[in-house]
Amino acid sequence: MPPVAESSLDVRADFPIFARSFDGRPLIYLDSASTSQKPAVVIEALAEHLRGHNANVHRGVYTLAQEADAAFDLAREKVAAFTGAERQATIFAKNVTEAINLVAYAWGRANVGPGDAVLITEMEHHANIVPWQVLCHERGASLRYLKLDDRGELSLEELEGELERGDVRIVAFAHVSNVLGTINPVAEMTARVRAAGAVSLVDGAQAAPHMPVDVESLGADFYGWTGHKALGPTGIGVLHARREILEGMEPFLTGGDMISSVDFQSATWNELPAKFEAGTPMIAEAVGLGAALDYLSVLGMPRVRAHEQALTAYMLERLSEVPGLRIVGPPEAESRGGLASFTIDGMHPHDVAELVNRAGVCIRAGHHCAQPLMRCLGVGATARASVGVYNDAADIDALLQALLSGREVFGLQGSRGA
Amino acid sequence: MDDLYRDYILEHYKRPRNFGELDPHDLEALEHNPLCGDELSVQIRVKDGHIEDLRFNGHGCAISQAAASIASEELKGMELERVGKLDADWMIELLGIPVSATRRKCALLNLKVVRGAVTGDASWPTGSAR
Repeated sequence: MPPVAESSLDVRADFPIFARSFDGRPLIYLDSASTSQKPAVVIEALAEHLRGHNANVHRGVYTLAQEADAAFDLAREKVAAFTGAERQATIFAKNVTEAINLVAYAWGRANVGPGDAVLITEMEHHANIVPWQVLCHERGASLRYLKLDDRGELSLEELEGELERGDVRIVAFAHVSNVLGTINPVAEMTARVRAAGAVSLVDGAQAAPHMPVDVESLGADFYGWTGHKALGPTGIGVLHARREILEGMEPFLTGGDMISSVDFQSATWNELPAKFEAGTPMIAEAVGLGAALDYLSVLGMPRVRAHEQALTAYMLERLSEVPGLRIVGPPEAESRGGLASFTIDGMHPHDVAELVNRAGVCIRAGHHCAQPLMRCLGVGATARASVGVYNDAADIDALLQALLSGREVFGLQGSRGA
Repeated sequence: MDDLYRDYILEHYKRPRNFGELDPHDLEALEHNPLCGDELSVQIRVKDGHIEDLRFNGHGCAISQAAASIASEELKGMELERVGKLDADWMIELLGIPVSATRRKCALLNLKVVRGAVTGDASWPTGSAR
């Protein structure tokens, strides 16, 4: 067995939700790719801000408002430091979906026109497909897809071929696939994109919370990720960008806080990052995210990755014991994030998720907001188990037992020790 | 004995009645369950204002496949006018298992597609049963 115990972080006690039980069974949470659970320090930081430091930001001169300002600014500094980004080029958005829409609207409408192309990949989440579809329809541009190979990985040669056609303005792709787990070679891809004179956008939703990410060395022009998958609250996402690109862009949403001055007929724009943050921002959520990143930084992102990779290796091995179970994506843990999507012959993924829930095991089932990918894989849906810092080998064992019991309910043969 | 996955549910799931193609047919429709991406189509042959025969086609979970199979046996021979008035309660009672809120659309997809084919109104069936 892989050395799970040695790399185990043993931090479950930091997460209050694991005190819950369901029909007397403990919570076995294997859905961190959907959203992470929250440590007490995050819940407390959020509450403490609302309890003791709540005021609007960038408006008040009173002491309480200055405290809120300082807390919000500190949170942005923590976020930028976490990913090696520039503070002023670190924009808060609601989530990755909004971050990508910001780019598709504010950058896309000004830079993509008739005859141009947007290049994405077959493994994208709907959040990194639909904004580009809408942009391309509106601007008369074409939307093209990089294909997947049998391992569920992309080809740099195909990327080069697409870029050589000369019409690609932006290439948008996931850092880590939310279905396949595939870790894409981001730096190699962004270097080729930039050499071709195009712009890159990386969806880091499944990467930044789980492995060391340095946006500078990754070379992405835009890099989006979200707080709620990184032990933080919902409602706060992040868009890092190259500052000169942001400075050249018109705003996305307009209104309060993003202006420099407003006349009866026109307005001028505030400096970065305020230019892209219209209205009262997510202040308490930013404070909560800052606390989450403090927590992750103390653990150390290399340790987080090592822990989750070891658990993933163990999960791949245990899942292979289930008769009729097929895993999609790269076969080895070092090539994938902390998740495994799978199908089981004779059982629909929804039924799989329903049956393992009876053992207190939480997994996701469905198309995972990646319907084009499901079509490429030739399935309607998959089940997906994903890990976080609080999981251990016993959780994977519980999943395995629940899957085997589920097969028995369905009367499927060859249930044990295949 | 499992509350949800009862023997007759699994039996209908593994051997669904009235599944396949129906040619010729007079009415047809295709609907999706946005929750999971499952899709189900139906082809219906009409005679004297009644469903003379029908076939479902598609893929889905045990609940959605069994519901379509069980409903198909009731729908055969039914007056079109009555089909248009069938609601969610009819389907849930017919299915005879406790359907949670998250699985409700699985159970109702077949009625949605059949009503869509018969009346042109493919909205989700509603009813008092939760």
